[in-house]
Amino acid sequence: MAERCAVIGVGQTVCKSKREDVSIAGLVREAAVMALEDAGLGFGDIDAVVVGKAPDMFEGVMMPELYLAPALGAVGKPMFRVHTAGSVGGSTSLVAAHLVASGVHERVLTVAFEKQSDSDAMWALSVPQPFSAPLLAGAGGYFAPIIRSYMRRSGAPRDIGMMVAVKDRLHALKNPYAHLHLPDISMQMVEESIMLWDPLHYLESCPSSDGAAAMVIGSEKAAGSAQAATGRPPAWIHGMAMRSEPTMFAGRDQVNPRASRDCAADLYKQAGITNPRADFDMAEVYVPFSWYEPMWLESLGFCDEGDGWKLTQSGATSMVENGDIPWNCSGGVLSSNPIGASGMLRFLETALQVRGLAGEHQVDGVRRALGQAYGGGSQFFAMWVVASEKP
Amino acid sequence: MSPKGSFPELTSGRRPVGVVSFAQYDNVRREDARNEVEMLLPVVTEVFGNIGITKDDVGFICSGSTDYLIGGPFSFVAALDAVGVWPPRAESHVEMDGAWALYEAWVLLQEGEIDAALVYAFGRSSMGDLSQVLAVQLDPYYLAPLWPDPTALAALQAQAMIDTGGGCGGACAAGARRSRKAALSNPKAQVAYDRSAEALLKEDYAVAPLRRHALPPLTDGCAAVVLAAGDKAYEWCERPAFITGIDHRIETHSVGARDLTVSPSTRVAGEKAGVGAKKVDIAELHAPFAHQELILSAALGLGDGVSLNPSGGALAANPMMSAGLIRIGEAAQRIWSGDADRAVAHATSGPCLQQNLVAVLEGV
Repeated sequence: MAERCAVIGVGQTVCKSKREDVSIAGLVREAAVMALEDAGLGFGDIDAVVVGKAPDMFEGVMMPELYLAPALGAVGKPMFRVHTAGSVGGSTSLVAAHLVASGVHERVLTVAFEKQSDSDAMWALSVPQPFSAPLLAGAGGYFAPIIRSYMRRSGAPRDIGMMVAVKDRLHALKNPYAHLHLPDISMQMVEESIMLWDPLHYLESCPSSDGAAAMVIGSEKAAGSAQAATGRPPAWIHGMAMRSEPTMFAGRDQVNPRASRDCAADLYKQAGITNPRADFDMAEVYVPFSWYEPMWLESLGFCDEGDGWKLTQSGATSMVENGDIPWNCSGGVLSSNPIGASGMLRFLETALQVRGLAGEHQVDGVRRALGQAYGGGSQFFAMWVVASEKP
Repeated sequence: MSPKGSFPELTSGRRPVGVVSFAQYDNVRREDARNEVEMLLPVVTEVFGNIGITKDDVGFICSGSTDYLIGGPFSFVAALDAVGVWPPRAESHVEMDGAWALYEAWVLLQEGEIDAALVYAFGRSSMGDLSQVLAVQLDPYYLAPLWPDPTALAALQAQAMIDTGGGCGGACAAGARRSRKAALSNPKAQVAYDRSAEALLKEDYAVAPLRRHALPPLTDGCAAVVLAAGDKAYEWCERPAFITGIDHRIETHSVGARDLTVSPSTRVAGEKAGVGAKKVDIAELHAPFAHQELILSAALGLGDGVSLNPSGGALAANPMMSAGLIRIGEAAQRIWSGDADRAVAHATSGPCLQQNLVAVLEGV
């Protein structure tokens, strides 16, 4: 049976367009050292290191964990590199947690990063492949038709996406680590920004960021020691799930993928969730393009299918409007997107929230939170539930 | 000998996990007619077909590969079509040799929620200039700008062995001769021949002190393994190759900061995996360069009685990201057949044996 495990340390860098002041090693070390200090530990206390990041063409370094081994204190230890496209930050967190839940290790350091200013992310995502017609440029090009399909199915008014864009950037103002701090953000500002892929305006899209995220995940025993040493409580992991589905299979529902629903169902069963909107106090969900908030609200069971946009419209997901189910209080992927790290940022933000350590963007009394990351052509999903109490 | 249906004592983990099926592509220099998905499809079909199961019988899928080989992001995404994840499955991927994907699956199987996993790996060296591609695997600030290709780095390692009085020339030639001759019995081998060590030592240098025979071939290939835990292993396999120990370690990256003549990470991984606890019959060592087999067998404390690389090893076929997983599969095959009772399988990653995984497999 799985052992209990918990997040006992969290670290992250400020996300910026270009972190020209650090090497890749410097960037990841910032987050790693912060996570270790939060856990009251040193590199020597760590049993294994799990690194996650998105395509290596984003930096032009193949298999960078090899170069990063000494920087992350991994010499002499097991080291892993996970790559599951955009969900990688999430799946990396799960791989690290499973190393503890399986009883193999006591304390695992996990780091996810992207220093994508070293290369060109949009180009790296759009490299033509033999015998494949180039259909799009950039991730937004892939998702826009899917979003338009959602709008048609649900009858959502056209401004819902822009509401999410404004909300998440308002949240980001309370997160000193977020990339985008746009104090003047407004519906008008979003609408006046250039249209990139209909219906997505420029300001409805995620930025391109350099950044790193890290966590220390520990066993029940390690969590007890960390709390005794630091006074900071752990975030207990109550459920973990992953699902993948094919890219081009004709039987897919690309708008509300079955992998997402199945993953959530598995997760909720593990964690005893029957009514997500009521059972969770907040959620950090991978919304890189504005309209994915209403779409994921439905897919993750926070409302009935077709009603996601109403939930967004009502302000229920807004911390600023004191909504009952705030989403992406950190500002989310719309405010920071170091691609390889974004999934882990979602997961670590949920841990911060249930530990009461989210600072200015802390929601009062968070006891249970959902972290979700997705990637590829809406086909890879990684999710977890963390809570302030032991499972 | 324990009764069939019993499990060997474990050094690693708490749940016995067995390798119960293995399949690999006909390793070739260049697969021009098929892409990764088309190469993997028959291999995945075979690995399931060997034991009469389907994808519905496995609870987790994990693969190993690297995008850089095809020069595009997400090469593993298309590869998943070879499995056909419908309905959706729990699936993950490492940008590493499939041996590490197998490790991830082994970890998950320890928890007890699932009983079986599919592991696969693929790599097509022909898609680009492998020397250039692997140079990009290096420290981007201090090493990569020098563009040292893997052969040059391996040559530094071999020269270090010579400089410290360790054998190389003759021992390497003997090892290469043995591997390539053994490969004649391996239907999946790409390079196989029977030539004397003297003949090999007359070859030109590729990069001194490495002669051609000491180098691995460039290979397009892929492989798959099925793992099953507990009683499930016996349901599908007469004599599962149980993983009694498995561990992996990494060393520092810079080749100038390590003693290249020894492999401490292999030694530690081997100790943690319990290699020395009992007699070892065979060892499949992922040694892309002939001199590395000497370093690895020394690190693992393997004596003369151990049969090294009966498959021919990486000198016979070296599909990137797959050769390590293939070592595990080759070792398992010899346990199923009864040719061996206890085997060591090893996988490596990074320049000059920077990272190493060791698994011990036993048949009951």
